[in-house]
Amino acid sequence: MKFGILINEGPFTHQAADSAYQFAKAAIAGGHEIFRVFFYHDGVNNASDYSVPPQDDRNVTDNWVKLAEANKIDMVVCIAAAQRRGLLDANEAQRQGKRGDNIAPVFRISGLGQLVEAGIECDRLLTFGD
Amino acid sequence: MAEPWEEQSEGTVKKFMFVNRKAPYGTIYALESLEVVLITAAFDQDVSLVFTDDGVFQIKKGQSTAGIGMKNFSPTYRALEGYDIEKLYVDKESLDARGLTAADLIVDVEILSRQQLADLMNEQDVVMSF
Repeated sequence: MKFGILINEGPFTHQAADSAYQFAKAAIAGGHEIFRVFFYHDGVNNASDYSVPPQDDRNVTDNWVKLAEANKIDMVVCIAAAQRRGLLDANEAQRQGKRGDNIAPVFRISGLGQLVEAGIECDRLLTFGD
Repeated sequence: MAEPWEEQSEGTVKKFMFVNRKAPYGTIYALESLEVVLITAAFDQDVSLVFTDDGVFQIKKGQSTAGIGMKNFSPTYRALEGYDIEKLYVDKESLDARGLTAADLIVDVEILSRQQLADLMNEQDVVMSF
């Protein structure tokens, strides 16, 4: 089955991103396809390259990076939600005159149309949120 | 320049339902969800909205936000008609529990029982809950 995943909460405060990650891993292990993971609301914080949790805790962003790289998953961060919350890629940082960028490499910034497209293209779109 | 939603997934029309569960202010869910609704309509999809729990307050008349320094975005719900979004459903129990009636709402809605809403949800291709 072809799955789309919508994540509406940031890492650590909520379990939503962990649950989505566990689901994605299990789905891939079961022979399914993850068409796209879309990060919205505070979910955009999952893409922060500057997250440094204690060593005995899981690193949510690193988990995503490894899973996405190993399985070529399209990881999309909503641009409007990201900009509100200070998540910028190199292009946006330059365009907005900010000192640095902080989007981890596997993630790309795009619009809400990518979420709607996932809804259209996938057999199921799963929401992970509060 | 063509926007991303103008060039992708042309032709497929799915039934998208947005379930609005939260009060309009206090969290950003209602405001950002409205953005998804508008983009989905721009994709020419079959869009419906449900207001339940504190989500019924999103469409309450007479919202005044000056005191909390937030933008009152409730007029946007009245503009939905212009995007051909006319299927607005409200959970009767949620309305009753908050002492509200259809006369308190800024848009025309269909007030349904939870069983009717459940039946409607079953007919959808995509349900996003915010």
